[in-house]
Amino acid sequence: MWAILSVLVENKPGVLFKITHLFRSRNFNIDSISVGITDNPDYSRMTITSYGDEKQIEQIVKQLDKMIDTVEVKHLDEHKTVFRELCIFKLKLSNANDSMEVNKLANAYGGKVHDVKKDSVMVEITSTPDQIKAFEELAKPFGIIDVARTGVTALQRSGA
Amino acid sequence: MESMTGAKALMTAMEKEGVKEVFGLPGGANLPMYDEFSRCDIRHILVRHEQSASHMADGFGRVSRKPGVCFATSGPGATNILTGIATAQADSAPMIAVTGQVPVAMIGKDAFQESDIIGMANPVVKYAFQPRTPGEVPEVVKKGFYIAETGRPGPVLIDVPKDVQQNEAPMNFPEEFKIQGYHPWTDPDIVACEKAIEMLLNSEKPIILAGGGTIISSAFAELQSIAETLMLPVVTTFKGKGAFPENHPLSLGPIGMHGHAEANKMMAEADCVLAIGTRFSDRSVGTFEAFEKRLKIIHMDVDPAEIGKNQTTNLAVVGDVRTSLRIMVKLLLQKQIKKTEESVWFKHVRETKEYWQENLKLHPGEMGAAKILRKLREVLPKESIITTEVGQHQMWASLFYDVIQPGTFFSSTGLGTMGWGFPASIGAKVARPDVPVVDIAGDGSFSMTENSLATAVLEDIPVIVFVLNNSTLGMVAQWQRTFYDRRMVGVDQGGCPDYVKLAESYGAQGIRAQSMDELDKAIKSAISSEVATVIDIPIDPEEDVLPFVAPGTSLSDMILPS
Repeated sequence: MWAILSVLVENKPGVLFKITHLFRSRNFNIDSISVGITDNPDYSRMTITSYGDEKQIEQIVKQLDKMIDTVEVKHLDEHKTVFRELCIFKLKLSNANDSMEVNKLANAYGGKVHDVKKDSVMVEITSTPDQIKAFEELAKPFGIIDVARTGVTALQRSGA
Repeated sequence: MESMTGAKALMTAMEKEGVKEVFGLPGGANLPMYDEFSRCDIRHILVRHEQSASHMADGFGRVSRKPGVCFATSGPGATNILTGIATAQADSAPMIAVTGQVPVAMIGKDAFQESDIIGMANPVVKYAFQPRTPGEVPEVVKKGFYIAETGRPGPVLIDVPKDVQQNEAPMNFPEEFKIQGYHPWTDPDIVACEKAIEMLLNSEKPIILAGGGTIISSAFAELQSIAETLMLPVVTTFKGKGAFPENHPLSLGPIGMHGHAEANKMMAEADCVLAIGTRFSDRSVGTFEAFEKRLKIIHMDVDPAEIGKNQTTNLAVVGDVRTSLRIMVKLLLQKQIKKTEESVWFKHVRETKEYWQENLKLHPGEMGAAKILRKLREVLPKESIITTEVGQHQMWASLFYDVIQPGTFFSSTGLGTMGWGFPASIGAKVARPDVPVVDIAGDGSFSMTENSLATAVLEDIPVIVFVLNNSTLGMVAQWQRTFYDRRMVGVDQGGCPDYVKLAESYGAQGIRAQSMDELDKAIKSAISSEVATVIDIPIDPEEDVLPFVAPGTSLSDMILPS
């Protein structure tokens, strides 16, 4: 299963290292990780996506919880969570039509177009990993030059 | 607020924690802290290698249940204690390791004797601190001790840059502090305790498996009370050896790769186990899968992350095991439950125990391992403390040395660190100078930290090293005999050194015992000796440790002596 973990940690040096080290030493998987400071500068929130069977995910949560620098660990329910990832694609433009086609595709996915050049263009998509994957499939025929992704960030919906 | 240096603040804070002894070795980056020993009441015990300092602190911590403290300098001093820190972590032993570090401005510059010990130690510490200003030191020490000794104990590293030791700051020694993400104990789970009793009562073949957590939380009386009230046979893990008196009629001894035959047999037949403070390590349980389908498991542990880590359980009782067991004792009293009649299961257990005690084939020679260890048991007072090294002698100790007074047997069971036992025995003796402390050793392991004889002699810490000397890395040799068709590689110790002469060269007493009579005299002489004693006992290098559960097999598939 794919899991989104929201980990509130003390905002101090070395915590990211310890978290990633825990995943390595316990043989857990990290699919993506994103980190940012919260409104309270004492804390950072890490959003980690991982995969494993139910038992493994439960162990990951417990081991994270056991860490002294983690304040709160939540395994988020996808259906009760807003989760998004930002992704930038650099695509090839081979002929005159491509530019228009890319624009259409970007619009369909709520994306923005940047850095339009004669033979390349950048598209910024903010969506769920599934949607980004779908965009990627449709963008492939143009030729993908480069991709950069932020990893998922997420917050639980109110009342969830 | 009084102004003082970081070094003085560190020593003052440690004095406030009740530290009386520190095991260590000085170097450039921890000299300011060493200078403070000249001005305070803490005794410094000098070692010849930092690894030994960490094992001494570990032994001290396990016996006193207060963190033992070791000091090492930066760079190689710090890396030398890593094995000791990892050993303490694997066995949940409370420890404070204080390392010197290059000055803050030099960190990251590959300075002389700089090592990123925080980075290296991270996976094997419970927590690590590196104060960057002198003013942080008192709170770091306070938090460090609290983390090391509460909940599931473990080692805490405090890495102090040299300028942080040298510079002065106004110091506040806080009594109160907050660690937001640390909850060492959860509230006792009364409902789960009630369920546990029900499960035990409703099963036909119940058994108790006591792990190391039982010893760490000193739950001896509670364990005994529950076992006696419900007439439950008690097996232990190797780490849990001695959680329950091994001369008790309900005791079956340790299970595991080299467990007692009767313990492994009964564990394999049981239908419900109350597992206390154990992580179900591979060496203890072999593969549980063979019989776990019918085995109901009640898992009691202070660490919630242990529940379900290695073993799926039917009931979890999270919390300090002594508190949980106390609740169970109380509930049994309230419900006036007390078993007095032998069940079919109990009778079977008793008969199995009697059978194996009479019929386990032992080495026929006068100086067989069983006879040697039973002699040691016979001569030593029951309150004596045992540490062991790692190898055949360790497993023979598990099989043939009965622990009578709970909590008097300590070994590197998790990491399996050869060389642990001797320095750990020195730490143990510092914690309990009033009782004999014996390191049951093999020649291979003892070689690794034998230079701690200097510490034992010069610091007047008269421990006993009991060397079962087959001049072989015996356990490896046994595996080569068993699994590698007797192709013996890298195991011969060549009769080197002569341990009697070695002991004497350090000013210790060295005795060779080649008969039971000599052994008897040697042990008695060692107990009354004012200096450390090494007893060298030549044994048959071909003797195997049996029974033997081969790795990856079930406890019911034991290799027995033929």
